[in-house]
Amino acid sequence: MTKNLRVKSSEYIDETNRISFKFNGKTYHGFKGDTLASALLANNVHLVGRSFKYHRPRGIMTSGSEEPNAIVQINPGTNRTEPNVRATEVEIYEGLEASSQNCWPSVEFDIGGINNFLSPFFPAGFYYKTFMWPASFWKKYEFFIRHSAGLGKSPTSSDPDIYDHRNIHYDVLVVGAGISGILAAKNAAKNNFKTLLVDEKNELGGSTVYENNEFNKINNKTPSEWLKKEIEELKNIKNLEIKTRTSVAAYHQYNYLLARENLTDHLEAKDKTNKIRQRLLKIRAKKVILATGALERPLIFNNNDRPGIMLSSAIKKYSEFYGVACGSKIVFFTNNDSAYESALSLYNKGINVESIVDIRDQSESKIVKKIKDAGIKIYWSHTIVDTAGYKRLNSVSIMKLSNDGTSVTGSKISISCDCLGVAGGWTPAVHLYTQSGSKLKFDEEKQIFLPNQNTSEQISVGSCDGDFKINEIIKNLNQKLKDTLNIKETDLDNIKVEIDQENSKRNIWLLPSDKPLGKTKPFVDYQNDATAKDIKLALREGFRSIEHVKRYTTTGMGTDQGKLGNMHALGIIADTAGVKMGELGTTTFRPPYTPLTFGTIVGRNVGKFFDIFRRTPMNDWHVENKAEFENVGQWKRAWYYPINGETMHQAVQRESKAARESVGILDASTLGKIDIQGSDASEFLNRVYTNAWSKLAIGKCRYGLMLNEDGMVYDDGVTTRLGENHYIMTTTTGGAANVLGKLEDYLQTEWPELDVYLTSVTDHYATASLCGPNSKKILKKIIPDLDLSDENFPHMSFKEAKIGNIKCRIMRISFTGEHSYEINVQASYGKDLWEKCMEAGKEFNITPYGTETMHLLRAEKGFIIVGQDTDGTMTPIDLQMDWIVSKKKYDFIGKRSLYRSDTMREDRKQLVGLLTEDPNVVLEEGSQIVSELNQSPVEMLGHVTSSYFSPNLNKSIALAVVKGGKDMMGKQLSVPMENKNINVTVANPVFYDEKNERLNA
Amino acid sequence: MFLINCPYCGERDQQEFKAGGEAHIQRPRQPTELSDDEWAEYLFMRKNIKGVQFERWNHAHGCRKWFNMIRDTSNDEIKAIYKMGEKPPAQ
Repeated sequence: MTKNLRVKSSEYIDETNRISFKFNGKTYHGFKGDTLASALLANNVHLVGRSFKYHRPRGIMTSGSEEPNAIVQINPGTNRTEPNVRATEVEIYEGLEASSQNCWPSVEFDIGGINNFLSPFFPAGFYYKTFMWPASFWKKYEFFIRHSAGLGKSPTSSDPDIYDHRNIHYDVLVVGAGISGILAAKNAAKNNFKTLLVDEKNELGGSTVYENNEFNKINNKTPSEWLKKEIEELKNIKNLEIKTRTSVAAYHQYNYLLARENLTDHLEAKDKTNKIRQRLLKIRAKKVILATGALERPLIFNNNDRPGIMLSSAIKKYSEFYGVACGSKIVFFTNNDSAYESALSLYNKGINVESIVDIRDQSESKIVKKIKDAGIKIYWSHTIVDTAGYKRLNSVSIMKLSNDGTSVTGSKISISCDCLGVAGGWTPAVHLYTQSGSKLKFDEEKQIFLPNQNTSEQISVGSCDGDFKINEIIKNLNQKLKDTLNIKETDLDNIKVEIDQENSKRNIWLLPSDKPLGKTKPFVDYQNDATAKDIKLALREGFRSIEHVKRYTTTGMGTDQGKLGNMHALGIIADTAGVKMGELGTTTFRPPYTPLTFGTIVGRNVGKFFDIFRRTPMNDWHVENKAEFENVGQWKRAWYYPINGETMHQAVQRESKAARESVGILDASTLGKIDIQGSDASEFLNRVYTNAWSKLAIGKCRYGLMLNEDGMVYDDGVTTRLGENHYIMTTTTGGAANVLGKLEDYLQTEWPELDVYLTSVTDHYATASLCGPNSKKILKKIIPDLDLSDENFPHMSFKEAKIGNIKCRIMRISFTGEHSYEINVQASYGKDLWEKCMEAGKEFNITPYGTETMHLLRAEKGFIIVGQDTDGTMTPIDLQMDWIVSKKKYDFIGKRSLYRSDTMREDRKQLVGLLTEDPNVVLEEGSQIVSELNQSPVEMLGHVTSSYFSPNLNKSIALAVVKGGKDMMGKQLSVPMENKNINVTVANPVFYDEKNERLNA
Repeated sequence: MFLINCPYCGERDQQEFKAGGEAHIQRPRQPTELSDDEWAEYLFMRKNIKGVQFERWNHAHGCRKWFNMIRDTSNDEIKAIYKMGEKPPAQ
């Protein structure tokens, strides 16, 4: 089995650097420069995987990123394992391990292979048709389907590698470093355009660097010799950056492209550590030059998928570039001259070319004559009707093709071979072009889709624009460069090209066999096992749109996105339905061109960088004092401060009692703060809040409720008048950015006549809130010279003061119903302020409390939290807050909506209090509330929005929204839970200190 | 990903911007005079067409300024950008 198929030394393979690697547990050797595919082929390994549906043995088909079959699991069982990697793209390194996918127990003996023999029972749409009934069985079906489907295995431990993102900008981006790309990049850079040239491979030059055909000459040299000199010269060009192993994944509008730069995948494990593995380049380019080349088409014939059947161009690359013979008895099957170039390349290296099967009736080119002269048998007007060999091709059967190409005649000839090169012509790689939004047209003569209508500053050059011959490429490239770069001269003006290639081609999308189609397996999509038969079945069953046929048959839906077979699928549909290819259109090519790793997509946004967060200036103190934190928007807020192993419940009960009985302190720095200035500031507030602001005296505070234009509560908070034309507004923690955005929107677009300026100062101030009957005593200790009497500093007022030399703003406002002060200082003094309060409060046993206690305390008072007790469907009237809605004001945001028929409905959900029958039972927030349990379906009246055990009332309390709740005071309702019904009574949402006496306590 | 020419800052990547819906819908000056239907027309009804559309955009992560954009939604071509309060340029 292992025999060495190296045929000659290649300058791209370092034969002094022998590398050992494992495939399916067995050790093989290759050389530095090999891909996994070339190294396996050199070891005569063709069978590398099993197909998705029928588990048919499959081999290496191509030499590039379009590979559908040879997809493997890299380094299985390690934390660097990666599934679905194309063996044709993996550069081998010492210690590399790879294994086949989609086979069990092994690729040589795969139990799933039974599907191949059952294949008559697996037509297109098999799953849709079979697993529909009975509906309740789907869960059982799914279990088995999920287990038998799927390709590789995803890693189970975390990724050890580093990934990166980078934004880069260029005048010109050239995608693809074949002959066209190299010449384009060189000329752009030489003309002072800042240029980037990228290629997915590790070497520049594309297929031309191994183009040694003696009949093609550039300036009297072979294309390969000539291009190598050009590549050499690139090094000395300024303004030109070259990135190899860089695959453009996506081409978005406005010339925004994403590319994956592969930095360490080709290195040994020891050299990978602490390096960036892959980098996602976010490229903006003024002009994009697409030189993405063309992909060779296979031919669609019976059993065209056996290991050993490859693209003709791939065989040539393995021989010329890697120095590997793909077989020892090779047959070519072709519809154009490309296969003869491959055959000649093999012949020149002494590899046995058995014969060439050509569906054309002749070709007059020199290269064909050369093959004839070499004594290689050519079967004109013949087609392959079948192939044999289960795990490796061993023969092909050919027959004479009828003139119209739809049937075969005569007797069958069997040709023994171990490798078959198929050449079905070339398909321009227009994937990126169409991703950019640009449109294709179908060229009936060449039978290819070509770039037609550009939507961005872009050009397509070389074979991706349909130029396949070197003389055409250079001539057209020259003109396009001059036009797009607006230059007069290029390097290409004086190039002399000689070529010999015939254009003649006989395109037949589906080649006939001597057996009826139903008895054959002509694969169109190799990876997904979609055959021509499946496509025809889909058409018979009424599918017409190419997008529908694709989904029904899964053609083009594998990890390779059908790079090889999509054209044939279209061709077969067009032929069968009797329409023109151009009218059929194409399926959408979606990014990425080749699969990306998740690591590349997320870059450095992992772990603690997954989501950004904000911390208050007092954060260190909270951490030192063992606070538990909760996320509020982007903020990390102290949630509660457990001591001596308290549970959350115990801590919150203690904190809540302390705040009401002595004094508590809360870090309120996260509240949004917007500084509002300008001569129309009062008028502005009048328009954005529901209540009136004009008469608010300087030095006073007022609570405001902000609505959306639809009348629903949007935000709330206290705003303080600092001066005649100066206010400071506080918003909810989570709503700050949106409120500022909304206010700016109105100012800029609806009321530009208002003289108002908004500045976010959320991060500029730190806020400590002292709450409880002893709060005044602490403040007195900190600021002895401030008159804290109720006459001088009443509830809802503001003072400027100094703590030592530090200026502070103090608001006497309360979110708990207790006598409270909010002290604001410049953010950098926040921790000092906090520590000073703690020190001064020692004698009163000052108790720091977190957001949970704050929530409990305000719930005792029936104060809402926007976003907890409201959900964007609650008006102030629903919240029983009619008192804050001005009747006198002519207009404010949302006013008109409060009089819509829908917002005036009596049976809207309204905010109420709930008391449980058993005062020790605490309701779950979100529980449904019902009245009548016996009806079916049970009508859901509303739900619990806030629920706590109140230590100050020594009973369970809850806020809830209930349909028509306003008029249900005292009514018994039920909260049905999984195992029981909880009886509740509708109550006033203000549970504690209804007369607000404690504010001045 | 658009490249948007903010009238105050110049060309910037789309991720700095926020789309703000249809442009040139003025908030009624006297909402209380409107019938429910008329108010609903202002409040809820927005066009979403395939073709040339007038839109509001905000340079949210930049100068915070709002401006107008004329965009062809079928191919995302930005036909014009102009400041708030300005008349749309002739097409």
